[in-house]
Amino acid sequence: MANLRPPVTPEDQIQGPEDAPVTLVEYGDYECPHCGRAYSIIKRVQKHFGKSLRFVFRNFPLGELHPHAESAAETAEFAGARGKFWEMHDLLFENQERLGEALYWNLAERLNLPIEELRQALEEDTYKTRIRGDFSSGVRSGVNGTPTFFINGKRHDGPFDYEALVLAIQEQIGRHGNAAVA
Amino acid sequence: MSAVLPPGTLAPDFTLPVTPDQKLSLQELRGHPVILAFYPADWSPVCGDQMALYNEILPEFQKFGAELIGVSVDGVWCHRAFAEARHLHFPLLSDFEPKGGMARSYGAYRSGDGISERALFVIDKDGVIAWSYLSPIAVNPGADGILEALEGLAKPEKIHG
Repeated sequence: MANLRPPVTPEDQIQGPEDAPVTLVEYGDYECPHCGRAYSIIKRVQKHFGKSLRFVFRNFPLGELHPHAESAAETAEFAGARGKFWEMHDLLFENQERLGEALYWNLAERLNLPIEELRQALEEDTYKTRIRGDFSSGVRSGVNGTPTFFINGKRHDGPFDYEALVLAIQEQIGRHGNAAVA
Repeated sequence: MSAVLPPGTLAPDFTLPVTPDQKLSLQELRGHPVILAFYPADWSPVCGDQMALYNEILPEFQKFGAELIGVSVDGVWCHRAFAEARHLHFPLLSDFEPKGGMARSYGAYRSGDGISERALFVIDKDGVIAWSYLSPIAVNPGADGILEALEGLAKPEKIHG
């Protein structure tokens, strides 16, 4: 139970090198305050590990709890289709208290993205299928709340503060190193 | 940790309140797969706690014609407030009197703590337990095991039909 499936593919939103010894996958929701907290923790973790860590974000909007979670995810994917996923992802988390159309238009403008096309994409649910796909894969993988992390494909069940994540990732790097030596 | 009832066991019947003036029994649910999700208490302080998560996943359960039922020792008024706050679209059983009686009959009660375990059961349409799982109390088990069990139930029917 609780293994990532499907594994990371080029279709995913990915930061970091493909051959990194550790891949950290987050299933997250832009309106979830715990994911907001995790956002800055992940930044620090990425800085700490540099090229040894690949980070992947998959959408897991809890629409019944968070009315803006889905539209925020769509806005990020819209930006992603235009090569600016991570810029939008970061801005959405940094402005988590103000999610909504006014913010989306504002951020699109800041990133030089076409506002009218974003409006249309949200209206026509252009990215909904992709987001539902992420959600279903999360359910299959044993996502049990937001955020849920997978480290090299296995669900991370402990706390997700900086120290705990660094430790868990370090352990994987150790294993990888040993395997390479052997 | 308790020993929860294993697959192949006839699921113990129950009749418990789901609202202040309504009761639900297992008998009434015959003909559909039933998912019983025992959990320790309403109001756990996280987003996407187990019940809120299952609420979001409900459409995936419904694809199998399955009925999802949450069970805890909380009273009906507590359940009502919790269900309203989380916009839950499935019933919560109140295993309140005698306290934990249903959880005990499924082997999912923690007597020392006075709450039920985090235990999952998938019951087939004939009332037999097809799958059961006991999660460490602090770990929300997610829904992957439930969906696999429901798939397992669906397969033989496809062969016959």
